[in-house]
Amino acid sequence: MPVKIALNKFSVHFGPDPLLQEIDLEIQSNQILGVIGPSGSGKTTFLRALNRMNELQPGFTARGRVLLDGEDIYGRDYDAVSLRKKVGMVFAMPVPLPMSIHENITYGPKLSAGRGWKHDEAVVESSLKAAFLWDEVKDRLKTSALRLSGGQQQRLCLARTLALEPEVILLDEPCSGLDPVSTAKIEEALTILKERYTVILVTNNTKQAARVAGRTAFFLMGKLVEEGTTQQMFTAPKDKRTSDYITGRFG
Amino acid sequence: MPVTSEKIMQRLLLAVAFSALSALLLIAVFILSQGLPFIFRYGFREFLFSSQWNPQAGKFGIFPMVVSTLWVTLGAMAIGAPLGVAGAVFLTEFVPRTVMRIIKPAIELLAGIPSVVYGFIGVMVLAPLIRDHLGGPGLSLLAGSIILGIMILPTIISISIDSIMAVPRSYREGSLALGATVWQTVRMVTLPAARSGIAASIILAMGRAIGETMAVIMVTGNSVKIPGSALEPVRTLTANIALEMGYATGMHRQALFATGVVLFVVIMILNFSASYVMRQRKARR
Amino acid sequence: MKLDPKHTQRAAVAVLGSATLLTLTALVFIIVFVLEKGLPVLSWSFLTGAPQDMGRAGGIFPAIVGSVTLTVLAVLLAAPLGVGTAVYLTEYTRESRLTAVIRFGADCLAGIPSIIFGLFGFILFVTILKMGWSLLAGGLTLALMILPTIIRTTEEAIKAVPLSYREVSYSLGATRWQTVYKVILPNALPGILTGVMLGVGRALGETAAVIFTDGSSLRMPTSVFDSVRTMAVHFYLLAREGISAENAYGTAAALIIAVLSVNLLAYWMMNRMVAKRT
Repeated sequence: MPVKIALNKFSVHFGPDPLLQEIDLEIQSNQILGVIGPSGSGKTTFLRALNRMNELQPGFTARGRVLLDGEDIYGRDYDAVSLRKKVGMVFAMPVPLPMSIHENITYGPKLSAGRGWKHDEAVVESSLKAAFLWDEVKDRLKTSALRLSGGQQQRLCLARTLALEPEVILLDEPCSGLDPVSTAKIEEALTILKERYTVILVTNNTKQAARVAGRTAFFLMGKLVEEGTTQQMFTAPKDKRTSDYITGRFG
Repeated sequence: MPVTSEKIMQRLLLAVAFSALSALLLIAVFILSQGLPFIFRYGFREFLFSSQWNPQAGKFGIFPMVVSTLWVTLGAMAIGAPLGVAGAVFLTEFVPRTVMRIIKPAIELLAGIPSVVYGFIGVMVLAPLIRDHLGGPGLSLLAGSIILGIMILPTIISISIDSIMAVPRSYREGSLALGATVWQTVRMVTLPAARSGIAASIILAMGRAIGETMAVIMVTGNSVKIPGSALEPVRTLTANIALEMGYATGMHRQALFATGVVLFVVIMILNFSASYVMRQRKARR
Repeated sequence: MKLDPKHTQRAAVAVLGSATLLTLTALVFIIVFVLEKGLPVLSWSFLTGAPQDMGRAGGIFPAIVGSVTLTVLAVLLAAPLGVGTAVYLTEYTRESRLTAVIRFGADCLAGIPSIIFGLFGFILFVTILKMGWSLLAGGLTLALMILPTIIRTTEEAIKAVPLSYREVSYSLGATRWQTVYKVILPNALPGILTGVMLGVGRALGETAAVIFTDGSSLRMPTSVFDSVRTMAVHFYLLAREGISAENAYGTAAALIIAVLSVNLLAYWMMNRMVAKRT
């Protein structure tokens, strides 16, 4: 499996405080990488570093390299705006934009195409289907997205990201506020999506990583402690801290 | 392509943002450039402290107007500040919150009444009252103070209410839990805590009173002399400018601009003090 | 003998309550008085007729036209500048000395008395730029007067848009300007309109600045270079010259109704905006 993203001695600081320290990691394409670790371990900072969202807030500095398909996304000439179309993100809290469902989905594609973009209804339908939301909303695409339930809103956020046809999908604890049924739907969607995309899933729930992820990475206090196949990480981890966290001795 | 339009938007917005600052600078530059030369030529002390205002004879002493402005403003503050702060305290501490939420916007709405209307009421209602019951021509220093006092009430009340509401609930609860009455809490805890906001509102109101033109023209009688009592007619600095600008030429006109300079400087100082006072409060937190 | 604190409180409440009552009475009295004397004068012919005999008889139509056109002009000039400035201050810069200076400039502008604006407008627009007494000179001057209000309210409205909307927009590959005009401005619109309405209310009541820049011609305007009387100016001249108390009351009533309705509209919009958020 080819390497999609490679991190090379990558660090992130907020002011003087280190949030991520010297991360070396290779992420392969077409698989789900689960990222686990206790709160404050740097998982979210790591995720946001992959689509350069950290730099939206003043005070963040990054060192080292992050290679997407061999190109350093922190290089001087790399455009962050186009990066985010290739690397999409779903946040922990569902944030539908205050518009209709249809407008939410078409927001992203319209940005790059400008006024000449013809409504490609196929894109709306296919992204909603891929997020397992199409059947529930197909008759009310023009109604406000704010009327959807929490689980539906989160799936909408996933569909919105898919409409851009990215190469990588980042998810930051996407199921943290959702009921088990919605969680199951999202996990099912991810399992199918990995065939076409590279998925990185940060989760507080180790069991979710065990269910869905092919490989898992364990972060602790800003450092990458261990990374391997999910099966190996959960049955025979190399580092004692990994097994302690997974078995619930701390976290 | 989107990158260049981004850069264009950024430059454009920066240019636009400078408009506010440039406008202020422009105004200052113009007023100063028209008024300062006169002050230097005529003499600052003569200008400010001479009581002879006689444009025909080339005499431009604005002392009577300065004194009148001071007295009218002080009178307005004496009426407006206590009433305003009292009203603000009453509305926040002794009245149900829902009632206050209706009355406060209503008062702010009343602040929108144009000053000419206030002046008109002053002429039609207040001046006759003063004339009949207290003496004098009615159009007087007193009338000016009362009308101005009423005009600045919404400013003081509104900002003071905001300041009192900004005092943390924990301060009040701490005091009440020690057995104090609401009034004792207000007197000893809430008001001192809201002190800087209330002070700022008073300073701002003072700036408004000093700068008010139309209402004072209508009710103060506009005679140029140092007032001996509150019932005499007076002319403020603003009224002087407004009344004579229409036909002033040459040095006369420049003298009026110089008056504008004096006003401008005084109000800038007041603005500085108000924001300084507000910043003190933020710093203390 | 120590005074029972409950008694002092009762006395204090009585004093404070009477002060508040006095304040409210005075403010309400003004409106009631003017409306009571002025409403009877407001007839259709009064509002649409031309003034005759310097305003002693006839209507106030040109003055209404003057108020409307002057205000519209001022808003057309001030709104883009004000919104642009606010957008720049909130979205394009970090809090720095520069932004503090710009903000201080805007706040100072707010405190300058209208007579000084009148002087400034007279010198710059009427005299130096040779616009003469005109709608244009008046509009430019009024625009500067309402600029700070628009800047401040727009800033508040923009800051009220949730941070998460911005994050989502950026994460979908939007540039800063795209995020501003597709997500932030549409959401901040009610607040922006409130600021504009408040500015309109102020512009309608302005007199000192208008007299020195727009003049007081009674004729109907044909272009922005014409001088036109506004309702406020007409009212002032009627009252001061003692021309017609009756018509003065009528004009005042019309003026107050206009200003109050605009301010009410502004508050209503602001409340709707707050309600939508919570």
